Amino acid sequence: MTLDLVPVLPELLVVAAAVAVLMWGVFVQRDTTRDGFVIAIVAMVAAIVALGAIGGDRRLAFDGLFVLDRFAVFTKIMILLAAIFTASMSVDFLEREKIGRFEYPALVLFATLGMMLMVSSNSFLSLYLGLELQSLSLYVLAAYHRDSTRAVEAGLKYFVLGALASGLLLYGISLVYGFAGTTAFGPLAQLLGSGGATAKIGVIIGLVFVMAGLAFKISAVPFHMWTPDVYEGAPTPVTAFFSSAPKVAAMALFMRVLEGPFVHLFVEWRQVVVALSIASMVVGSFAAISQSNIKRLMAYSAIGHVGFALVGLAAGGAIGVQAVLVYLSIYLVMVVGTFAVILSMRRKGAMVERLDDLAGLGKTSPMLAFVMGVLMFSMAGIPPMAGFWGKFYVFMAAVQRGLWPLAIIGVLTSVVAAFYYLRIVKIMYFDEPVDGLDRVLGRPVALVMAVATVGVLALTFIPGPLLAGAKTAAMALFPAAG
Amino acid sequence: MIETFIFYMYATILVASAVMVISARNPVHSVLFLILCFFNAAGLFVLLGAEFLAMVLVVVYVGAVAVLFLFVVMMLDINLARAREGMMAYLPTGAVVGLVLLAELVVVFSNWGFAPHIAAEVQAPMAAYAHLTNTDALGHLLYTRYVYLFQISGLLLLVAMVGTILLTLRRRPGVRKQTIADQVARSSRSVEVRKVPTGGGV
Repeated sequence: MTLDLVPVLPELLVVAAAVAVLMWGVFVQRDTTRDGFVIAIVAMVAAIVALGAIGGDRRLAFDGLFVLDRFAVFTKIMILLAAIFTASMSVDFLEREKIGRFEYPALVLFATLGMMLMVSSNSFLSLYLGLELQSLSLYVLAAYHRDSTRAVEAGLKYFVLGALASGLLLYGISLVYGFAGTTAFGPLAQLLGSGGATAKIGVIIGLVFVMAGLAFKISAVPFHMWTPDVYEGAPTPVTAFFSSAPKVAAMALFMRVLEGPFVHLFVEWRQVVVALSIASMVVGSFAAISQSNIKRLMAYSAIGHVGFALVGLAAGGAIGVQAVLVYLSIYLVMVVGTFAVILSMRRKGAMVERLDDLAGLGKTSPMLAFVMGVLMFSMAGIPPMAGFWGKFYVFMAAVQRGLWPLAIIGVLTSVVAAFYYLRIVKIMYFDEPVDGLDRVLGRPVALVMAVATVGVLALTFIPGPLLAGAKTAAMALFPAAG
Repeated sequence: MIETFIFYMYATILVASAVMVISARNPVHSVLFLILCFFNAAGLFVLLGAEFLAMVLVVVYVGAVAVLFLFVVMMLDINLARAREGMMAYLPTGAVVGLVLLAELVVVFSNWGFAPHIAAEVQAPMAAYAHLTNTDALGHLLYTRYVYLFQISGLLLLVAMVGTILLTLRRRPGVRKQTIADQVARSSRSVEVRKVPTGGGV
């Protein structure tokens, strides 16, 4: 058996960088946090280039445990971009708060690696290990600021609940393995397609447990309890990372599992996805209304957005997957930009994170307010902003596949959600200004903010390339149809 | 014949020491009986032809876990008299729960059976590796077919290690630590040997 390492080249780059960051940090006797970030970002950019060079047709590696197809390439590029942007925003924050340590970029790299392995998994074994690699790194990152009680609490909560979710997932996987006799995705799909009727009920129970475990990772209601506390307690750049890359990775994994091995159980898993979706949309919209902390607000916003993305998944098929990918890409741009704004919310050198702190921002720092305004309009899904197109595609997919009620609930809850996004705009432009925020803006943060704003505007007016990319990526999950 | 004898020997000691684990008054004795339990279970695995499991059981459970337990038990000051308080109050509920579990186990095992085709697969799950010892067979699989998973598991352990160090290691000034290099580098002149007369002092 020869070892084909070409499909895992991007992952190898990321691993090598992570180990290099650790070695450099241990052996160089000075603060190497900044060097670590440089190594990490260079490696991730190199990984994107490598993905572009290799990407294309479906390739298996490691005896079918690993798969690289257009779907994986598309989501990996999204994950890497999110990681690059959030990592570059972290440098200034860590230095200003004086909590910079070289393990931070290494853990970001390991988490990113875990996500890349997740979206490329072609067996439940590789799925689980990738997921754990990601989660373990994220638990540590959540508690990274160990002198802050809130951060430690966030890390602990995340760890305990995450371990529970992993337990559910493993239980589901073992049930599926017990009843189907294989953990590989391909044979599993064949087996379920051929109608192994006696084993079916056991597999379905296993499927439900697997979905519960994965729903925890995307923080879909009712598995969302950890989200607000973790988002609030973790250091802000970590929160930015949490709400971007892992969400994309877990959603992509959700799609790969449901549309891959379980594609023939569509009727069964669709009910679960619809229930998760409705609950997430409702809780995400209504619970966010009473929040006064912007990080908590973003947590509920993330829950709501996951609910909208799940609408597309419930629609199913290539069209549904395409809609989810479009939605996630747009969400990624918006959420990274919003966190860039949140990161620049400091008054007299200290971070502030209450909504009231934004009051009068339109007068004190008009550029910041403009950026935030654009992002909030987009998040709310006001036409013609990019966020509207994201919602448009998932709802259209749902309607085309006959899920009228789901689409209607989605539209209604997005109207409710629009309230709290627009309230931020109102606070910024119409409330009496309090003391202005500090006007120092780190260069990377300003850059990310600019990229995100331009990104949102670009996706608003020229969504074509994204749609086409998402379409080819979605088709890769359905080799028979394409 | 001898096999049966050995089985019953291991099994009896196993069950007896398991009972001692929960009934010994001294928690250190409990842990020691637990170690005896593990050894006997390992013996049973050897009888089954699963020598790898036996080795892992001894290395991991006896070598690491039980010793860790021992440390914890010796360091924590557990008041047994207080732990046993309310024993009579909990006994009825505990007994009911135990009986229900026992009844369920009886129901499960009285209907237990393998699908006919499983019976053939149980003995030689991997035909290609039938002639190897199971340590060999596991190694063959782990380092070829599943090398990918093996490597990711290694990364997972690395992350666990990095995380532990990140969250717990604190560099405090003024802590007296042993510096082995300094100790080794001491010259012989820093030590003086003197003859001290009895009762005379230095």
